[in-house]
Amino acid sequence: MLHLNDIALRYGAKTVVEHLSLSLAAGQIGCLLGASGCGKTTVLRAIAGFETVREGSIVLGGETVADARRSVPPELRQIGMVFQDYALFPHLDVAGNIAFGLGRLDRAARRARVDELLELVGLTGQGGRYPHQLSGGQQQRVALARALAPSPRLLLLDEPFSNLDVELRERLAQEVRAILKAAGTTAILVTHDQHEAFAVADVVGVMADGHIRQWATPYRLYHEPADRFVADFIGEGTFLPGRIVGAQCIEIELGEICRTVPFGGRPGDVADVLIRPDDIQHDDASPTRARVLAKAFRGAEFLYTLELPSGARVLSLVPSHHDHAIGEAIGIRAEIDHLIAFARGE
Amino acid sequence: MNYNWDWSVFFKSTGIGSEIYLDWFITGLGWTVALSLSSWVIALLLGTVLGVMRTLPGRFAARFATVYVELFRNVPLLVQLFVWYFLVPDWLPEKLELWFKQDLHPATSAFISVTVCLGLFTAARVCEQVRTGIQALPRGQAMAAYALGLRLPQVYRKVLLPQAFRIIIPPLTSEFLNVFKNSSVASLIGLMELLAQTKQTAEFTANLFEAFTLATVIYFVLNMALMLIMRGVEKRVRVPGLIALGGK
Repeated sequence: MLHLNDIALRYGAKTVVEHLSLSLAAGQIGCLLGASGCGKTTVLRAIAGFETVREGSIVLGGETVADARRSVPPELRQIGMVFQDYALFPHLDVAGNIAFGLGRLDRAARRARVDELLELVGLTGQGGRYPHQLSGGQQQRVALARALAPSPRLLLLDEPFSNLDVELRERLAQEVRAILKAAGTTAILVTHDQHEAFAVADVVGVMADGHIRQWATPYRLYHEPADRFVADFIGEGTFLPGRIVGAQCIEIELGEICRTVPFGGRPGDVADVLIRPDDIQHDDASPTRARVLAKAFRGAEFLYTLELPSGARVLSLVPSHHDHAIGEAIGIRAEIDHLIAFARGE
Repeated sequence: MNYNWDWSVFFKSTGIGSEIYLDWFITGLGWTVALSLSSWVIALLLGTVLGVMRTLPGRFAARFATVYVELFRNVPLLVQLFVWYFLVPDWLPEKLELWFKQDLHPATSAFISVTVCLGLFTAARVCEQVRTGIQALPRGQAMAAYALGLRLPQVYRKVLLPQAFRIIIPPLTSEFLNVFKNSSVASLIGLMELLAQTKQTAEFTANLFEAFTLATVIYFVLNMALMLIMRGVEKRVRVPGLIALGGK
């Protein structure tokens, strides 16, 4: 459906994005995830047609919409866009905003389509209100309805939840996914928040310095990160040094771990093993002890920062009825299902 | 100051038919209003076109509008009026020149010169306000409109200009009032608008103070009335949070 083939984007002499490729199937929701300044919004704007592609090509539904020589203007791409600030038209009411891209329909068809979208985004009967009379969440849904109204071939969402408070953000992220799936829309979301990315997207690209480091499902990003950067960026965790002892086994302070996940390095080499908070179980009977350095209460769980006898640190998620004091030594056990290790110097 | 004010002068006969001096003021006010409104129509239309040109992506249009603005803004209004009235007719094709100078009533040719002059002069100022109004809008507004499939003329007509005009109503109002005040330059080329009628009354009656006081009051009341009307317009079309909404 959408293919970005080895594209490069520049502002003047500054290269913002280089050698970037990705593919999205029809009906799929993709996400570009990265810190601010990594180039993700620039990629989104290039897909929409607001940035010039200097190398490579963008192919949408079999049609090349942009390459180094030509560029289909944004108004002809049939790509919907939801902006970070929503960019609702303040001088038009909700119905006027949603109907804005429906110029080709006659009056009755336009009204029917507006009603259909108001229902889709849960704002039935609110068509006569003006943007300034709506809450942030409602404005966001109007922006979504407006972008979806002309049935775009692709929908782009630029940090759509960043102006909302945290509670609303999570709920709306799930709602937006449900709306997009109900409409069968192919979409790309840009965000710096991995929880948003995981909540909305089928496939996520982790971006840094204008490159996509890994393009995979959220589950694989978390459990099979392609490199140290992705491992570090996604989720929480710490690295423990280990020594490779067999084709598939590593010896670390918490014992020997053997898993089928391949990793670079030969026996005898030193490797860093990623330990996620869910890999460390609290077990009073375990002979392995660790001292509580810090703890963060998260309601159902505590996130403990623990110091191993060697001085290395690990994180552990423990049900919150296990309330241990800072400084206390507690028994722990490593339960590592997904071995993520990177040989030193890799 | 030892001056005997005599307000009854305005009701005395001018000696021409049954006219009293107040009639001169009313005629003058009529010219002033006609002149100002015609100039304003030109200024608003041309200024909007130029203002839009200054924000277009193309280099040529923007540069043309910039040169226009600098030219008309940096030459005194009076100089421009003399150019339009004394020089430009000489540059016209012969037939047109004769028509303008001989066939037209002197008041009509003066009216045309002042209207064109004041219209084009004010257009430069309206242009700058329209431009800043458009540029004050968040970039996302135009992008959102393009993404919804609108072409450039529609983007301006449906999204940018309706918002830009709402933002610039206050400075535009003062420009509108300036046109009324600037229209007094017409008195220098013999058009009998309000100021010219005032001067004539003063000369005929020697009641200089009364004449200019009345003129002051008329200009003041006229401008106050226009300002109140514009304030009403502003209130009517106001969109709360127009600038705040959108943020960037």
